[in-house]
Amino acid sequence: MAKTVEGLYYSESHEWVKVEGNVAVIGITDFAQHAMGDLSYVDMPEVDDELEAGEEFGAVESVKAASDLFCPVSGTVVEINEALEDAPELLNEDAFANWIMKVEMSDPSELEGLMDAAAYEAMCANE
Amino acid sequence: MKYYDKLIFDLSKEGRQGYSLPVNKWETSASDLPAGLQRTAAPALPQVSELDVVRHYTNLSQMNFGVDSGFYPLGSCTMKYNPKINEEIAAMPAFAGLHPLQPAQTVQGALRLYKDLSHALSAITGMAEFTLDPFAGAHGELTGLMVIRKYHMSRGDMKRTRIIVPDSAHGTNPASAAVCGLEIVQVKSNAAGLVDVEDLKPLLDDTIAGIMMTNPNTLGLFEKDIKEIAALVHECGGLLYYDGANMNPLMGVVRPGDMGFDVMHLNLHKTFSTPHGGGGPGAGPVGVAAHLASHLPVPKVMEDEDGTLYIADGTCRCENSPEGAGVFGEVCGCSPECMCGCQACGQISGFMGNFGVLLRAYTYILMLGKQNIKMVGPLAVLGANYIKESLKDCFKLPIPTVCKHEFVFDGLLDQSTGVTTLDIAKRLLDYGFHAPTIYFPLLFHQSIMIEPTETESKETLDGFIEIMKHIAAEASADPESLKTAPHTTPVRRLDETTAARQPVLRYKDM
Repeated sequence: MAKTVEGLYYSESHEWVKVEGNVAVIGITDFAQHAMGDLSYVDMPEVDDELEAGEEFGAVESVKAASDLFCPVSGTVVEINEALEDAPELLNEDAFANWIMKVEMSDPSELEGLMDAAAYEAMCANE
Repeated sequence: MKYYDKLIFDLSKEGRQGYSLPVNKWETSASDLPAGLQRTAAPALPQVSELDVVRHYTNLSQMNFGVDSGFYPLGSCTMKYNPKINEEIAAMPAFAGLHPLQPAQTVQGALRLYKDLSHALSAITGMAEFTLDPFAGAHGELTGLMVIRKYHMSRGDMKRTRIIVPDSAHGTNPASAAVCGLEIVQVKSNAAGLVDVEDLKPLLDDTIAGIMMTNPNTLGLFEKDIKEIAALVHECGGLLYYDGANMNPLMGVVRPGDMGFDVMHLNLHKTFSTPHGGGGPGAGPVGVAAHLASHLPVPKVMEDEDGTLYIADGTCRCENSPEGAGVFGEVCGCSPECMCGCQACGQISGFMGNFGVLLRAYTYILMLGKQNIKMVGPLAVLGANYIKESLKDCFKLPIPTVCKHEFVFDGLLDQSTGVTTLDIAKRLLDYGFHAPTIYFPLLFHQSIMIEPTETESKETLDGFIEIMKHIAAEASADPESLKTAPHTTPVRRLDETTAARQPVLRYKDM
């Protein structure tokens, strides 16, 4: 069973959000990395990109498949995790310790539309 | 099997040769060529004997697996047997010796064959007109979408920039649509594995160019709501595109044209028994309903009143066409329905497609004839259902209904062993079978997609079933033998992850 972390927000498209002040730290869940298998590439946005909630911001590729990433909240990209460019396997090793990007939120109330750990686990159980 | 991985250059020995060229008796000289086109060094060709060459390529060919060497149940690919008469006809000098730049009056027979094959495909699919130009299935998809776009634009309907693609679609569908400049909107499948009509309804508005569907879909299931879907999409002003990858079970039984589709492609290298795989030449003819026929691409074969065939290249040939009228209806002022070629969506092939492939497909159709072509689908469906029912006690069958030509397992029934779909596929190689399609469709996590085709005997199917049951038993008793498979192939389990992360792209770097 894939693990989850309490206190994070989760999207239906398998991203997690950790709130640090007005910044959303965003990654993919352990369930997602497990479903994808060994990742070979992480396509990330550029700093200063403006994203709408639900907008595609990148993709993860494995030997099995490629999957788009969707931004759970609206805002501006302030940082990307450059370590993933050379080492996508970090997401397989620990999907929660290795974030993909940080977004300065323009509307933190959007967080309310996301799931908590329990709701996300229930959703995954049905997939 | 003997391991063999040499390049022909590895065998090269200075001065060795397998062929003596005649002495040049004519007074030609390289200095006749412009200086910029002259070589400064001799070409680096391998120097080998005839026997070296024969052994080299025979050894390489034995490292390959093809339909001629064993059962190839690769779902969604329709790896049926390619009858040898196809090759015999394609090799006839009268066909094989044709040059694409020959004047049309010297290739009337070949052009007639092009037209006759188009008519045969129209009869089989219920579409009004075909172009045989596209070189592959995905190339056909792009062509079909260009026709759809041209149709909307020719009516001044510029808002239709979005296309609906089901979540079970072949990956080429959204890819082709993106290349054509369309935005992709996904529609979900329901629990029965079919397009969810309720999920589709809210997506339909005046920005929808059309919907791309595969029927039967990638789960091997017939989209039984297709008439309702066609009515809904047409009502909103969109068109229906039929991905013909799965046409095999329907040939001579049901026609996409009668289901309400406006545009479709066929994969001649699947349904019509032309060689398939290894990136070899394919063909993806595109058929359209009558109201779209003027938008099919050029070059196309046209017929004069006296029965002479000629090739239209898109230049307006109408009487009232102004002097210097360009191609594709830019300035000639013809109506969107004009069939002279000026309303074409564009040009997608330099000449007339892969003519050698078209020839093989036409041979196949004539060899089967009207009666036997109807047997293809039922036999393909029977074989698929026979395997499905025989193995459902060992493998997880997520959609238990009757399938068409293919079906999907979601891994082993007993998922406690830790054995994955990849392990099963690799183990099959040890037993002399090609692996099925794996991890597609994406609707399930452990997809194994099996398509036997109509050309396999019951004995072959039974052999496959027996081995699949044996592998399921091994998964419980000796999972390690699966985790490390294959054991008997020239190349063992590949490290796909490292290959993807740190690819070695040159022979020299190995």
